[in-house]
Amino acid sequence: MQQTFTNPNEHGYYGDFGGAFIPEMLFANVAQLKSQYLQIMDDPNFKEEVNDLLKNYVGRPTPLFLAKRLSEQYGTTIYLKREDLCHTGAHKINNTIGQIILAQKLGKTRIIAETGAGQHGVATATVCALKGMECIVYMGEKDIERQAPNVARMRMLGATVVPATSGSKTLKDATNEAIRDWINNPTNTHYIIGSVVGPHPYPDMVARFQSVISAEIRKQLLAQTGTELPTHVIACVGGGSNAAGAFYHFLEEPSVQIVAVEAAGHGVQTNMSAATTQLGTPGILHGSKSLLMQTQDGQVIEPHSISAGLDYPGIGPMHANLYSTGRGLFLSATDDEAMDAAFHVSKTEGIIPALETAHAFAALDQIKWKPSDTVVICLSGRGDKDLSTYMQKLDS
Amino acid sequence: MTRLKKVFNTKSSKVLNVYCTAGYPALDSTLPIIAALEKNGADLVELGMPYSDPLADGPVIQESGARALENGMSIEVLFDQLKSLRATSNIPVVLMGYMNPVLQYGFEKFCAAAAAVGVDGLILPDMPAYEFEATYGAIVKKHGLDFIFLVTPETPTERIVYLDSLSSGFLYAVSASATTGSALNFDAVDAYLQKLKQMRLINPILVGFGVKDAASFELASRHTAGAIIGSAYIKALENSVDVTSTTAQFLSSVIGQK
Repeated sequence: MQQTFTNPNEHGYYGDFGGAFIPEMLFANVAQLKSQYLQIMDDPNFKEEVNDLLKNYVGRPTPLFLAKRLSEQYGTTIYLKREDLCHTGAHKINNTIGQIILAQKLGKTRIIAETGAGQHGVATATVCALKGMECIVYMGEKDIERQAPNVARMRMLGATVVPATSGSKTLKDATNEAIRDWINNPTNTHYIIGSVVGPHPYPDMVARFQSVISAEIRKQLLAQTGTELPTHVIACVGGGSNAAGAFYHFLEEPSVQIVAVEAAGHGVQTNMSAATTQLGTPGILHGSKSLLMQTQDGQVIEPHSISAGLDYPGIGPMHANLYSTGRGLFLSATDDEAMDAAFHVSKTEGIIPALETAHAFAALDQIKWKPSDTVVICLSGRGDKDLSTYMQKLDS
Repeated sequence: MTRLKKVFNTKSSKVLNVYCTAGYPALDSTLPIIAALEKNGADLVELGMPYSDPLADGPVIQESGARALENGMSIEVLFDQLKSLRATSNIPVVLMGYMNPVLQYGFEKFCAAAAAVGVDGLILPDMPAYEFEATYGAIVKKHGLDFIFLVTPETPTERIVYLDSLSSGFLYAVSASATTGSALNFDAVDAYLQKLKQMRLINPILVGFGVKDAASFELASRHTAGAIIGSAYIKALENSVDVTSTTAQFLSSVIGQK
């Protein structure tokens, strides 16, 4: 595999970032996946099965919506890629549909997953219910508290939600626990990672499953505007799965400005942040080399973001490469800016976005727009799961 | 002859390697523990460098690492403590840890410092064989350190041979596909260890994960050079008021009075 911005080389590297830094106990599982994922994903029967479910179960293609009032306010043309309209309310299911069918082809019978905001957990529990597979979701204890509706959804879908009680009790720790489960269950279990993180081939595999987002954007823009390429694509980045999907088919198009928006938490310089490219240095977490928030002694720093889905001290290796090569523009939005953006988008376009997605909207204020620009924002998820956070603001 | 070679040359069976976490239970426990292990019959010490995200470890060793970090342990502090190691102690010491803190410290600087204080070898479970061959192996060798790879019951035969060829000192046979501290099913393990023995590998084999007392030590070393005890010893240290007497007591329960 030739290395590009879009795909890693055969060792899983995007430039300096990626690889598979895993203990031997995981080697057999990861090696099996590495040797088979491209072949399986290329199989016409596999594609047909995935595409059928994406269409008839998930509801794809999702609309590309011209946001007229936002466009007017910013003096440009803004389209919203409506991933919030996917079944289960976010883009996460694009990946879980693909991975559950892949897991079946690999002969696995038990599924594990990690989740932050709960969106990936719900998307995994959903496809496990659909396929009649056992499902265990690891979730930080702190996230279980702040994302109660999604915990209830997962349980209703038949999944077992296991609290991760170590470290910061958030996404990083849930991922540790899921990896430990995989070590302890090496033969019957497939680990559905929800983001473009983890050892090779996960970042590439998840990016490929999410790339349906940008494939559709190109077609829809062509139909609506007569040209396939926008001037800007904006997405929020925690691990970076919706961003990877929204950027994927534009990465080798130099005219398209890639804009990734990280969670600044209370502010990049406050020690209460999750803006990995601003605060991170090269390091290894969850099996790949990337940018990582860490101490001088190489201990991982516990991040902060109001949005559980962005509360992660690392970033996918694809994005670390986009940042370090300058291919992507990396911005950040604070908790407050994201909250304000969520309320603004709700009132302006009648769409309540997820808190994660709200960070992408907050970045609209940080770029000077031209009337000739065509901007696509990946509206990665809907805000129902964040209502209790939004209600606190409404009541204050 | 390296200290590790010497151990396996003088003792072909029931070599006991004991794992402890640097800076646990107290920051300055490291050297007293190594001394007590040596005095009471351990043949090897595997000294864990604490890390915030130890993927291969179960709850007991995780918890000891978190405590050690709270106590102020770091690679910097550890090398400072180990400066006086070889003034009093002759037992081989192998450092075990994860790639990230080592890379952050600087891989070459780390190997140089380890060799300078008299460390004998390294175990970095998340070091990929590919990276070792391409980049890091030469640095390890340059500083005269041994490097120990892990194999599991899931590791195919040809890969066992390959990992054995990259290793020196010993080969670490993980008894089951599990995190540290898991219970051991010895019937299943026996066949696997017997297979390893019949492969006539270059390196002596030490068995780890699930070895906790005299009976499991006996069983684990039946077909191999010996075994590694970790979580059970950490548990014994948890409420210890005197690490020296706790260590004496623990080792006598595993191998008898020295």
